[in-house]
Amino acid sequence: MGQIEIITANTAAAIAAKLCRVQVISAYPITPQTPVTEELAAMVESGDLKAEYITVESEHSALASVVAASQVGARVFTATSANGLLYMHEMLHWAAGSRVPIVMACVNRGVGAPWTILNDQQDTIAQRDTGWIQMYCRNSQEVIDTMIQAYRIAEQIQIPIMVCYDGFILSHASTPVDVPFQDEVDRFLPSLEDRSGIDGKTPMNVNPLILSDPRPDANGVLMPGYMEFRYRLQQDILGSLEAIQSVDSEFQDTFGRSWGGSVWGYHMDDAEHAIVSMGSLASECTVAVDQLRSEGIKAGVVGVRVYRPFPSSQIVELLSGVRTATFFEKDVSYGYQGALAMDAKAAMYESKSRPEISSYVVGLGGRDVRPEQLAEATLKCVKGPVQHCWLNVSG
Amino acid sequence: MATTSVKQLPKTEMILPGTRSCAGCGLMLTYRHALKALDEGKTIVAVPASCMTVLHGVYPITPVKVVCINNPFAATGAAASGIVAGLKATGKSDYTVVAFAGDGGTYDIGIQALSGALERGVNFIYICYDNEGYMNTGTQRSSASPLGAVTSTTPILSKLQHKKDMIRIVEAHDLPYIATGSPAFPFDLFDKVKYAKDVLGSRYIEVHAPCPPGWGFPNKDLVKMGKLAVESGIHVLFEIREGRFSLTSRSLAMAKKGRKMNVSDYIKGQTRFKKISGAHLAQLQEFTDKKWNESLERHFRDNP
Repeated sequence: MGQIEIITANTAAAIAAKLCRVQVISAYPITPQTPVTEELAAMVESGDLKAEYITVESEHSALASVVAASQVGARVFTATSANGLLYMHEMLHWAAGSRVPIVMACVNRGVGAPWTILNDQQDTIAQRDTGWIQMYCRNSQEVIDTMIQAYRIAEQIQIPIMVCYDGFILSHASTPVDVPFQDEVDRFLPSLEDRSGIDGKTPMNVNPLILSDPRPDANGVLMPGYMEFRYRLQQDILGSLEAIQSVDSEFQDTFGRSWGGSVWGYHMDDAEHAIVSMGSLASECTVAVDQLRSEGIKAGVVGVRVYRPFPSSQIVELLSGVRTATFFEKDVSYGYQGALAMDAKAAMYESKSRPEISSYVVGLGGRDVRPEQLAEATLKCVKGPVQHCWLNVSG
Repeated sequence: MATTSVKQLPKTEMILPGTRSCAGCGLMLTYRHALKALDEGKTIVAVPASCMTVLHGVYPITPVKVVCINNPFAATGAAASGIVAGLKATGKSDYTVVAFAGDGGTYDIGIQALSGALERGVNFIYICYDNEGYMNTGTQRSSASPLGAVTSTTPILSKLQHKKDMIRIVEAHDLPYIATGSPAFPFDLFDKVKYAKDVLGSRYIEVHAPCPPGWGFPNKDLVKMGKLAVESGIHVLFEIREGRFSLTSRSLAMAKKGRKMNVSDYIKGQTRFKKISGAHLAQLQEFTDKKWNESLERHFRDNP
């Protein structure tokens, strides 16, 4: 148990960074992430948090500076949203390729043009192939807990993590949050082991030019080529599902809360009809399920907490027993369909008992979507599959 | 005490045989003398995608005895900021962080991150090795390319604009130390890097680095070309300590004795200027004279 405070998800993320004793923070303001940068700046200036705070001139520089700070041994944090995240795109690949354990709060917002400051998940979904782990949170409690878990996971496997939560819906909504005590966080998350190799003696060339094939070093030992490094990243990010699960279990032992590892279920034990979603929308889907259940429909929610690596076997396991699966997501891969539905369908191809799958794109740029609309849309899919439909949109 | 003899330079070579730089590379000679002025083991270099990446060799072998952290093209100022912050946060003291970027990575794509770092007063040295174009990708035009130069992206008309005045941009950030240098004047360069090492705050040094394949002159003429640049006034050697401007080395001697060379003496040995028009040559001479006279005025005002 910690201390109950009424805070927003942005404050939860800032407090989590402090509890994790981050040593270097670098961030550039963008709505709706801004309060995270402001609150951490105040903590650093007041001396409550002993850290270096770099007030960079862009998001590209924010990520470039935390990558470099991490490379010389510091625990680092940054945060962004929408176009800021897109501006980081080059550095996202660079960070993952550098194998640095950065944790970044991504406050989900629709991307321009035209400008919107309101929520959808297009920004982070568009970064799915950059080699980062992506974790999506349902509420502010999950934000603070996931941030703490994320440092453990990232530092264990040396892969950066985006902790994603919905702009305004979570970032600016105050709810009660159990804020863990510092000593408990310190026990759960030990200080970062310095792997920089900087010892005042040893020369290094970090992230140099590399050839396609393995090449011997000065002692004749064959060292990896470009593709070997890429293969290791892929193996390690695939393998991280295990670490994500075990860190969540250990978190439960320490703090009494589990977030389901990579995928969580709501009334899935006897569900005949599944709703699949991510983030606060998945949370809202539980309300739709309550309504459907009251109408006699055995519905349940599959909440995807980790989108990369994609927890395909867990999703297949949960969906193999249901008759229909309806996807609701706040993103689209233009020219095809929602990314989550696409990935889950590909995963289900291997399954012998496949449900009928329907997919909806909802809530882009803050478009409101209510639980009863989700229930109604699900009911439609119970009667027959709906292929890639946009909800609440006038054609 | 100014270095006047090669015997006064440290014997330690931080760059071992086997670099991947071209024969007669101006950057190579610049880097060699800059590193001699810095402490072995206590120097961390931030490098963007550039000729410097090539110089540092191909994984897993490097001929350079420093900690080099490579970073994306636009990110040098930010990466150096992160290194400085990370070292401080983890209690690693006494390191000198030196960013080493080309003119493309400084004047063009890296200017935002550089300006950010300079404005924040990050405690590091930024050395721009200016070879006046995108030489690593094959001689494309940069905003540091001079008027009248043929580049692979100004192949017919040659460059129609003057070189950007990066020093004025850097100076607008109010730095404690700004200097120019040349590999053709290694003692001057060595002294400036050594001085910069002990200044607190953001320090900027711009080195004019002749490039045989990019400019079109024989490899053996690197030093000659560097000297001609200074002696014609194309590149002026000076330093600005806390705002006080002083000519140095050959430029200082020229200020006292008068300038001897014209721009035409400098450009005639370079194929990139083979198509320069009379009008462009006159403009380049006028541009050079204006800058030289400004330097003279400033030098004698600050050093009465």
